[in-house]
Amino acid sequence: MNNCSLISITDYSREDILDVLKSASRFEECPNNRLLEGKVVASLFFEPSTRTRLSFETAISRMGGRIVGFSDSSSTSTSKGESLKDTIKMVDNYCDLIVMRHPLEGAARFASEVASVPVINAGDGANQHPTQTMLDLYSIYKTQGRLENLEIVMVGDLKYGRTVHSLLQAMSHFSPVFHFISPRELEMPPAYKLYLDGLRIPYHEHRELDNVINQADILYMTRVQRERFADLLEYEKVKNVYVLRNSMLAGTKENLRVLHPLPRVNEINEDVDENKKAYYFDQARNGVYTRQAIIFKTLNLTW
Amino acid sequence: MTAKKELLQVSAVENGTVIDHIPARKLFDVINVLGIASCDNTITFGNNLASRKLGKKAIVKISDRYLVDEEIDKLALVAPSAKINIIRNFEVVEKKTVNVPRRVEGIARCVNPQCITNHQNVRTRFDVVGSTPIVLRCLYCEKLTDQEHIEIL
Repeated sequence: MNNCSLISITDYSREDILDVLKSASRFEECPNNRLLEGKVVASLFFEPSTRTRLSFETAISRMGGRIVGFSDSSSTSTSKGESLKDTIKMVDNYCDLIVMRHPLEGAARFASEVASVPVINAGDGANQHPTQTMLDLYSIYKTQGRLENLEIVMVGDLKYGRTVHSLLQAMSHFSPVFHFISPRELEMPPAYKLYLDGLRIPYHEHRELDNVINQADILYMTRVQRERFADLLEYEKVKNVYVLRNSMLAGTKENLRVLHPLPRVNEINEDVDENKKAYYFDQARNGVYTRQAIIFKTLNLTW
Repeated sequence: MTAKKELLQVSAVENGTVIDHIPARKLFDVINVLGIASCDNTITFGNNLASRKLGKKAIVKISDRYLVDEEIDKLALVAPSAKINIIRNFEVVEKKTVNVPRRVEGIARCVNPQCITNHQNVRTRFDVVGSTPIVLRCLYCEKLTDQEHIEIL
């Protein structure tokens, strides 16, 4: 019954991805509909994430579904020591779909084994956040008109950033060329480089955000966080190296778009916001349509 | 020739199990995973014995006990090169190599401290994604646990 759950981006094949992107464009044309009428969706946020929760709840509301749940586990029996298994077993009785975010890695996979209804992972610690990846893919697809043969530059924290890891895995279906730009402390982990080697997907590593962006189709920026550095002096040295300014976009390709999972701090200067190549705010709006498309697929709905 | 040498180094068992070709450094891991320290059977073992294959090896002989599948899986994780000989009446009646299973359940701990299996009552499950050396991939948090970090539950 719940084998349509979306826990990890690797649960989706190339065809699944294309299928969801196709229906996301349909939801973009027609976001308000009654496809979830009479259905109850549990929105279980064991840790707060306002952005993701509002995006999901907007997606559900615009499809006419009802939402039960919580936005912070401090007000639930989890704080009394209830196990995740028991919470899921209880909620499973009430709803047609579970959307959950949890601070522990693997929590969503475990919930999908315990529940009879499908589960959509809205983030499990530093592990997976597949709906973010799908909205990134939708943004790429929409702005480039295709996913195949794109040159993708990833900038910032490539070591801990789960969004870049999942995007890398998902894009691997579509013959990309990758460029990784990061400080040495935050470079792409060997496991992902081996993964690309195995698939013979080319990638190049750089230390500086420079001319390499002139060949990019997608510039995917992430935040370099101070708390990732053991040596704060190192942080001070690199913190301004990975900042994008409007002037740097002068020589870039016409079709280039700048993406960022948000929230940004200072890694994209505000003078970029007015450039038509800045896409990060539109990217966030795409999240609603993409999540509608994922719910549609997960519940096996028809138009 | 080799068999004779071993007989000289560690005394024979009448009935039971001989675990041979254990890498010398892994002897105490094998003892731990099989719970030999707390078992009442007669046990003899030798360490740093000469071995043409491994350089130095260890051997464990357990009287009147035969390993079950789950124990063999545990053994496979700490000493995949080990060979099991079943002894009856001082004769080897069966030889088994240890096969690293494709999936490991409820035996090893996930190396990731943030994994759900290390916080709640969830039975661990791994796909074995590498066999020499062994690499386990957690089915929950998706992190890799390599041979050096495998901790048996």
